[in-house]
Amino acid sequence: MVRSFFSLRAAGYRFNLVGLIGFCLVAGWAIVALSAPLIIPYPIGEIVDYDYFGPISGQFWLGSDYLGRDILSRILMGARYTVGISLLAVMISCSVGVTLGMTAAVIGGWLDTLLSRFLDALNSIPSKLFGLVVVAGIGSSIPVLVCTLAVIYTPGAYRFARALSVNINTMDFVTVSRARGEGTFFLIRSEILPNIIGPVLADLGLRFVFIVLLLSGLSFLGLGVQPPNADWGALVRENIGGLPFGAPAVMFPSIAIASLTIGVNLLIDNLPQKIRDRSQ
Amino acid sequence: MNRHVLNLVLARLMIAVITLLIVSFTVFAATVLLPGDVVEVLLGQAATPEAVAGLRAAMHLDDPAIWRFIQWLGGIFTGDFGISYANNMPVADLIGPRLANSLKLAGITTLVSVPVALTLGITAAMWRGSWFDRSVTILSIGIVSVPEFMVATSAVLVFAVYLKWLPALSFANEIHTFGQLLRVYAMPVITLSFVISAQMIRMTRAAVIDTLNTPYVEMALLKGASRKRLVLKHALPNALGPIVNAVALSLSYLLGGVIIVETIFNYPGVAKLMVDAVSTRDLPLIQTCAMLFCIVYLFLITTADIIAILSNPRLR
Repeated sequence: MVRSFFSLRAAGYRFNLVGLIGFCLVAGWAIVALSAPLIIPYPIGEIVDYDYFGPISGQFWLGSDYLGRDILSRILMGARYTVGISLLAVMISCSVGVTLGMTAAVIGGWLDTLLSRFLDALNSIPSKLFGLVVVAGIGSSIPVLVCTLAVIYTPGAYRFARALSVNINTMDFVTVSRARGEGTFFLIRSEILPNIIGPVLADLGLRFVFIVLLLSGLSFLGLGVQPPNADWGALVRENIGGLPFGAPAVMFPSIAIASLTIGVNLLIDNLPQKIRDRSQ
Repeated sequence: MNRHVLNLVLARLMIAVITLLIVSFTVFAATVLLPGDVVEVLLGQAATPEAVAGLRAAMHLDDPAIWRFIQWLGGIFTGDFGISYANNMPVADLIGPRLANSLKLAGITTLVSVPVALTLGITAAMWRGSWFDRSVTILSIGIVSVPEFMVATSAVLVFAVYLKWLPALSFANEIHTFGQLLRVYAMPVITLSFVISAQMIRMTRAAVIDTLNTPYVEMALLKGASRKRLVLKHALPNALGPIVNAVALSLSYLLGGVIIVETIFNYPGVAKLMVDAVSTRDLPLIQTCAMLFCIVYLFLITTADIIAILSNPRLR
């Protein structure tokens, strides 16, 4: 274990300090999202404080909300919605986008043109607006949110994967493989994908950040996760009445979002060179 | 301008028109074709089968979808936006005054943020690697990676709660003096400016640094030109195209920001109207607002692309 760790370091898989901080933030929130019901100090729906918008105290570490519920517990549980929905949406959008992108690059021709034009058009609808329109059309629920977010960020993933795959597609080993008579599926899975997986994973991380921001924005407008459940954006919305008093209940959910998105950004910007770019 | 450039620009405009068609179809499809019956929502408690059937016929909901789409699109382009479900007023009358408000907000924000952002972006590129550059970069990355409402709530906390310079979340309609006007617009404009300046600074800085890395700038450096002369005389004229491109692209972030800012500060603009329309499921109003936003957005990114084409000396 120790030896393999050192040989990994030597091979260029070394994290620097800033990257490590980012990794800790992301891993921390992942652990919180998984274990939230076990670590919350108070049940999330229960009114535990006689005062509303209570200050930070030994009893309520991050204060209490507009009904006197414990904010720390609600943020910890909210992590499940924010991280879970965003993760699911980014998985769907990236797998669909990357698959389509690689297919378009390998097959080319009218399929490529048609797909590119259509997805570019989809990309030129402002993302928040798209969310608003869909929620207006079919109402908001968690499956609807996941699908909408996935659809909004598929074109970007497609564009990115297609640009990378077009370059790989002109390489000799792909030509050889094609001359050997391999089918499209084999080309995509065995020749293209292994060569673009590093940058695609980094792109997935960035897209995750965009999705977290959009989901929080929609929830803040009251169009995302619906009560009694609450993600971080919805927590800010519920407690916005405490803003004129500078209540901690407004700021801490925002800080939670910022720590997650900045953590992911730091992690990606400082990924070991080997993962970010395989060509070097 | 020669033939080649003209062709490129025309091709870009064609793409914009095709995109607009696909976008309008998507907006229509998302609001109308998806499940969820508008009529039952509209009638609420009174949704007897006869009433539902009657209203469906009156609203032409039983016609084929593609026919309704064509009629709707024709209406949009001839200025007939339909009647609002919620209060039976023509959509155009509802949007008109709100649009003026939104444009005012966007205009003031642009006037404030463009000079500030360009100055910061260019100076950061000039002194690349200095503490000034680093703090500007870190601040702008920070603002880009937090949600807009956090920028807004932080601005309220700083300027209204701690410094007590400005009112918190209220939007007064009675404006009598210039001082009141300033106080009312200050908070939304500050928030929006932060959001779009962050984008603009990053893009401007990248554009200038890109130009500074070219061989002819290096030549000027070797010749002994000062840093100021290097940036202002040699690099900036060539970076102008990419910078204007960056400005147009950053202004398209206004659209996302304005939705949050108008909601949080209760500003009577189009975005607030649309968010309210979503909660009442007022579809004609939502469709028109959505198309309005998409057209503005498409206009901005198309302009950005055309400027990029026109400013590229290799194409001229």
